[in-house]
Amino acid sequence: MTGPSPVTFTVRIQREPFDAAAEVAKLTRGRTDVGAVVTFTGICRGAEAGEPIAALTLEHYSGMAEAEIERHVTEAIGRWPLKGVTIIHRHGRIAPGEDIMMVATASSHRQAAFAAAEFLMDYLKTRAPFWKQVERADGKIWVDANETDDAAAGRWSAPVE
Amino acid sequence: MKLRYFAWVRERVGKAEEEVDVPAGVATVGELMVWLASRGEEYAHAFDNPRVIRAAIDRTHVKPQTAIKGAREIAFFPPITGG
Repeated sequence: MTGPSPVTFTVRIQREPFDAAAEVAKLTRGRTDVGAVVTFTGICRGAEAGEPIAALTLEHYSGMAEAEIERHVTEAIGRWPLKGVTIIHRHGRIAPGEDIMMVATASSHRQAAFAAAEFLMDYLKTRAPFWKQVERADGKIWVDANETDDAAAGRWSAPVE
Repeated sequence: MKLRYFAWVRERVGKAEEEVDVPAGVATVGELMVWLASRGEEYAHAFDNPRVIRAAIDRTHVKPQTAIKGAREIAFFPPITGG
């Protein structure tokens, strides 16, 4: 290959399921400069706060969700020497065992891939406008925000505004 | 301007979005929440604890003290729980 290696980045918000393995394969296909891929997949649990659930429903703010995620991907690309980033987040009804979202980061070495994946997850949990509602036997209940998520996002000094 | 509501804020207000004429004295996001709370029972219920409600102007997070002048779309929602 000649010329500077491109950074491949993909942000998708969709109702349909996705194939995390296929998405990871896309990050490395046709290139030999990637030495590390870190993937995080968020999966719907069968219980929330000790109560069994039938499903999750994710509501999102279309337009802002994409913009907010892209802003943080740009920030991550500026901070770490990344070769690729893929973020996919589903909305709508999701059953236990199904994937909710994924973050994959590719770099020449593991440190950048690990750090960027964690940074992106921490910001996504507190800044990307998605809200979870769980379906329980006694009705539908909005999930409360987790204060430890705010603390996790706060440890990356120089917040993204 | 256009207002949008999400998650339990939307459920309590009873609508996802609306166009409103905001009175001249309402200058910030926080003041807008106070004014909205005065618009009826549903709004009072939705905005009874403004400290737990987050806001965005034109799809960017803002704070209660942010001025609303020039905003096209203001959204109100609970703290984020995605990921």
